[in-house]
Order: sequence, then structure tokens, then C-alpha cells
Amino acid sequence: MEEKVIMLGNEAIARGAYEAGVVVSSAYPGTPSTEISEALCKYDEVYTEWAPNEKVAVEVAFGASVAGKRTLACMKHVGLNVASDPLYTFAYTGVNGGAVIVVADDPGLASSQNEQDTRMIARSAHVPVLEPSDSQEAKDFTVLAYELSEKYDTPVILRTTTKLAHSQSVVTLSDRVEKEAVPYERNLRKYVMMPASAIGRHVFVEDRENRLAKDAETLSINKVERGDNKIGFITSGIAYQYVKEACPTASVLKLGLVNPLPKKLIEDFVSSVETCYVFEELEPVFEEQIKSWGLKVLGKELFTKQGEYSANMLKKVIYGKTEEVYAKVEAPNRPPILCPGCPHRSVFSVLKKLKIHAAGDIGCYTLGAVAPLDVIDTTVCMGASISTLHGIEKAMGKEFRNNWVAVIGDSTFLHTGINSLINSVYNKSTGTVIILDNRTTGMTGHQEHSATGKTLKGDDTYAINLKDLCLAVGVPVVLEIDAFDVETLEKEIKKSVNGDVLTVIIAKSPCALLKGQKFPNRCEIDKDACKKCKACLRIGCPAISMRDGVVTIDETMCNGCGLCKNYCKFNAIKVVAR
Amino acid sequence: MIKNVMIVGVGGQGTLLTSRIIGKAALSVGYDVKISEVHGMAQRGGSVVTFVRYGEKVAEPVVEEGVADVIIAFERLEALRYSHFLKKGGVIVVNDCRIDPMTVVTGAKEYPENVIEELKKTYSVYAIDGERIAKELGNSKVLNSVVLGYATKHLGLGVETVLETLKNTVPPKTVELNVKAFTAGNEN
Repeated sequence: MEEKVIMLGNEAIARGAYEAGVVVSSAYPGTPSTEISEALCKYDEVYTEWAPNEKVAVEVAFGASVAGKRTLACMKHVGLNVASDPLYTFAYTGVNGGAVIVVADDPGLASSQNEQDTRMIARSAHVPVLEPSDSQEAKDFTVLAYELSEKYDTPVILRTTTKLAHSQSVVTLSDRVEKEAVPYERNLRKYVMMPASAIGRHVFVEDRENRLAKDAETLSINKVERGDNKIGFITSGIAYQYVKEACPTASVLKLGLVNPLPKKLIEDFVSSVETCYVFEELEPVFEEQIKSWGLKVLGKELFTKQGEYSANMLKKVIYGKTEEVYAKVEAPNRPPILCPGCPHRSVFSVLKKLKIHAAGDIGCYTLGAVAPLDVIDTTVCMGASISTLHGIEKAMGKEFRNNWVAVIGDSTFLHTGINSLINSVYNKSTGTVIILDNRTTGMTGHQEHSATGKTLKGDDTYAINLKDLCLAVGVPVVLEIDAFDVETLEKEIKKSVNGDVLTVIIAKSPCALLKGQKFPNRCEIDKDACKKCKACLRIGCPAISMRDGVVTIDETMCNGCGLCKNYCKFNAIKVVAR
Repeated sequence: MIKNVMIVGVGGQGTLLTSRIIGKAALSVGYDVKISEVHGMAQRGGSVVTFVRYGEKVAEPVVEEGVADVIIAFERLEALRYSHFLKKGGVIVVNDCRIDPMTVVTGAKEYPENVIEELKKTYSVYAIDGERIAKELGNSKVLNSVVLGYATKHLGLGVETVLETLKNTVPPKTVELNVKAFTAGNEN
């Protein structure tokens, strides 16, 4: 089969895993990695799943590998932090069937809480890393990653960045090659990492990395593109494309294997050009190693550690100018906002009314931090809201805590929030935790999770009951309230923040964008009754705006949730049929 | 020669689908193609921009400031925001509608007046009331196809090529309506 198609970087990785004969894939959704699993689940030959978190996903991959089959785990960069516990020791055990971990970095923070560089973690874990620069390479490098994994007895990281993951380019497809299972043999020295075995595996890990570094000198994906000898670039991934765009005639050393590095190849390249630049997004990972070998290169003196790179940025540094550009026009910002009909807005409107601070978490509801809702005060990482609230109470006591709640989504709660809740029970917190249960993993584009009753493949499965789960870990009071029932929410939140027992309020209502929902109504403003007090504007619904002194509700955007009606003192908002 | 196209709008307006159709159409006539998309947080009602580049060999997937041949804007303010990406002699195709960003709703900022007239002072601007046309066809959801039909005149891919790709991309049940919408936009 020789078919050319246009594919997202993430779809191409899925295709590569399929062609490489992968049989098990486990992942937790996270921008910009989510579409890998969504594409891979369409191939019947591959078992794919959503795990509750990335640590579980890597451990599933470890199991599948030990059993003898090729396996995949996917996550965003911060997911690797959660999974770093199994990662560091998986590096010791090595593999039986090939194992690849895809980690998607997010320079420029398109949808993340930090800009960390996965190559740094991979270096300290002594795991090899491949980095593709377009969709064709994303597919090819995935296949190669399995070959390297089995040849060198190691899990391999395929590192991508947002621009690679979410760009489409042309890919030539090949057929799937089924792989026989590698026979399983009990091997305590390799798979049971107690000190006596691990001590031996550490020796193996160092030797493996040295062998790989040596072989990297001649690996086909580390290649010199010889051009003008005045300027040379050492680069990888999407940054390579910016180099080709800005300086098409320069010499380039394009690294496909970005850890470990081919020292001799780099030394020869640096000495072959007059000026050598290291062009790498985020951390100076290549640069610091290259400089430690005593070579003269230019890197972060000229190029930032922050954000995404571009061809224009490179042109400015190399040529001192870019294309002639029109002046930028001032335009009001358009930050992301909660959608019309979003149940989170309803809960936030109540917290705002009660002037309560929220320890926040990771999801769409992080948007509750900004105007006009201004409810969330802290956001750190998945699951942190509940433990943050616990810390606040232990530091400042109940009186201070009375003014706070924790808010966390259903998927995030099951990811790592449950651990924090167990801590709150065990160590006698008395705070209020609100689980914003919208029946999906919203921010990443509606993925199933362990409480939705559906698998990644769309099959029916057991659904964890959040209320039962909270009761089972010992939370004394657990309430389920319709997220749009603002009256009950207000009453119960007031009661619980002023009370003395740990309370979980599960605010339930499906995400407004979930498929299959019907919205028969919409809201309308009675212009005669409207006193233009703007109370409805303060809930931050994008369907409501004020133009030429008149408050209007956009009939296409509004889905009739009726939240605004609750905040109109003059009965000027009516819910009408569409 | 590389053709650099930007599609800008508000998260949820369907700019992604439009860029994918243009990309597929370019691939179908033998060009190398790259499309850069926005997923995740920015899709939630924020300002979104996607890029499509096609030609003999495309390196980077994004269109940078000063090099866009065509900007297709689904909303006026977004046309204004990204207008400086246009190269000299490039064109802006704009769907003449207004969606207030939260900064305007809360009163922190004002929505700029006379956007189209202001843009025309510097750029070649082609404006269309896509929503009116879509509504006349009975479904405001085909706005994308109206705008795509209108913009196709500037893409250098041929009307038939883009229309065929549209037919193969939208859900089978909606082909007829989308073709009507595309044609209405193209004839505008």
C-alpha cells in the first residue's frame, strides 16, 4: 500500500504505532497529545484505553512490554511528571516487547501550566529520545523507536511539541507488520527492582547509554545537510523547519535522536562551519552538552528559553531584519472563556455571590480565575485543589478556611484528586470540596473517563459512582446537586463552609458541548423590563452583550440554560422555545 | 512559490474545518501542504488562528507576520487583530459579523468602530455577510461553506477543486446544503 494522505502529527504517531504492530496503548488525555489515542483507537488491531492518569498508563505499558508485545503510552509534558516514578525504573528494567512513551511538550503554553522540557527528564532517567520534525517523520520515528527499544532493551521517548503535534503534513502510509510476542521468561535480575537486582541494572543502563551514543554517530536520522559553510545550525524537531524557512542555504546538523548525542558528529560539524548556532526551543539541552565538550557554539545568548520559535525570529538574529511588515493594530484581547450554557459558570456565579475563594485545578474551570468571574485563586497541577485547601486550613485554621472551597473536575478528581481527598479525610480536614461533574474530560475535547460508563473505544463499561467513592473513603457528608440549581447550591455551600465536617458537593450537569444533548430553549430579554443594571453581564456568558446601550442575548449562541435569569432582579429575562 | 493562507476567528466558529478543506484541496492538485491548527484552551471562545501553506515544498507549518497572501476572517475584530500578517498586495476576506470578546462585555475595552472601512485604507478587503446568506439558506451552521466559497476566488486552487474537496469532507447528509452555501458565497 502506497497512499499519500495529510495527517496531524499526532495522527501520524498513531499510524506509526499501528504499522509497528503495537497491541496495547494506554494514555491520559492532555493537550497537545490527546489525538494520538483518539486516532489509534480506530484501528481494531490495537487495544487502546484511557487510564486515570499517566503513571498508570506507563505501568500498563510496562506490563504489556514484559509480557512480550509492543506497547505505547502517551501524555503531555506535565503528565510525565506524574509518570516519572515508573519511568525512572522502567529505564532500569528495560523491555521485552518494544515500549514507546510519547511526550508532548508545549512551548508557548497553548494549553498548559508550565513550559518544561522533556529532554531534561529523559537525560536524568537515561532514556533515549527521538524528535520528529513533520508528520512523515512522526510516523517513521515511531516505527524506529520500537526497533531501538528492542535493540537496546530500553523504553524510548518520542518527544513532540505543540506545533508538530497539531500541524498536518503529507504522509505516505505503509501496511501494519504484526510482531510475534517475545517469549516471556521470569527474570528477577531484570524485572524485580529490589536493590540487589537494581544495582546490576544500573551498570547496564550506563553501558547501554554509552553504546547508543556511539551508534548515534551513524544513525540515519542524525544527518548533516551540507550547505554554505559560513553558518551552521544544530537543531531538531519543529525548530529545524524554522531554520529551513529562514536560512535555506545554511549547513544544518539535524538531530533525530536527541538523547544521547553523537559527540564526534557534532564536533566535526562545528569545526566545518565558521559560526555554529544551536537552535533549540526551551532549555539549552544540546548547547550545554556541546559547550561542556569545549566547542564554540552560540545558543541561548541569542535565542530565548521561552515560548515558540519562528523563522522571523531567526531572520532577525542572523540577518538583522525580517520581511517588511505592516504596523500591528491595537485590538481588544479575546481570551478564552467558558462556553454559553457551561455548568461551571453556574457554580462560579454562586461562589462569586458568596465572595468565596476557590483553590482551583486543571481543566476548563481554570477560566473561573479571570474576569468577570474572578473566583479561582490558585492553580498548580492535576489534583492539587483539594490538597491546597487542606494546607490552607492546617496553616490558618477554620476561620480562614470558611472563606474557601476547592473546585475540581470529575476527570481531574479521578486522575489524582482522589489521593488528596483521602488525605483530607485521614488528616481531619473540615473544608468544602466541589466536584464539577460535567460527565467528561472537557478541556482536551471530550474524552471518556472511569466515571462515564464508556471506554475510549466507545464500549459500555463499569462507571465509578463519585458519590459512593467519596463515601467509601470516609467523607462524612457528600451531596449531589444539579449545577444549575443555584438556590440549593448557595444554601449548601454556605452551610458547609461554616460547618465543621469535610463536605463534598458534586455539582452535576453535562458539559454543554457534549454530543447528543438537546437544547429546546433559549433566553430572551424583555427590552421594556430591562433596567440595564448589567447584573446578567457579570456572569460572563459570551451570548450576552450590550450594544448601543441595549442588552441582547445572541440567539445562535444561547442554549437556554437560564442562569442569567436567576440574576435578573427585574424579571426581564425569559426562557422561550427555540 | 508558496501560497500562505491564514484562517482566523473565534473558537467554536469552525475555522479548523475550513483550513482542513483548503489543505486537502491543495494536496489533491499535487502540492506539498502544511496546516497548523489550534486545539485545547484557545478553542474555548478565544481568538483562534490556523495556517495553511501549499506549494512545491513547504518547510514551517505557520504563516509568519508579513507573508500571508490571504487572510480569511470569520469575524471583524479578528480580521483587524491579524491584519499585519498580510504581505504587501495580499487580501483579507472577512465575514462581516461582530462577536464581543469578554473584555468588551465587561466594559474594560471598546469594540472598535468601522473595522471594515479602516482595514480598507491599508489592505484589499473583501467583505461578505455570511450569516445572512447562511440564514437565507435555512441553516446558520453552513456559514463556513459560504465564507469558503467566497474566499476560494483568492486561493489559486480552482473552484471545482475546492468544491469537490468540500463534498468529500462534510457529513454526507449535509453535502447538498453545503454545496448550495459554497456556491452562494462563490457567486457573491
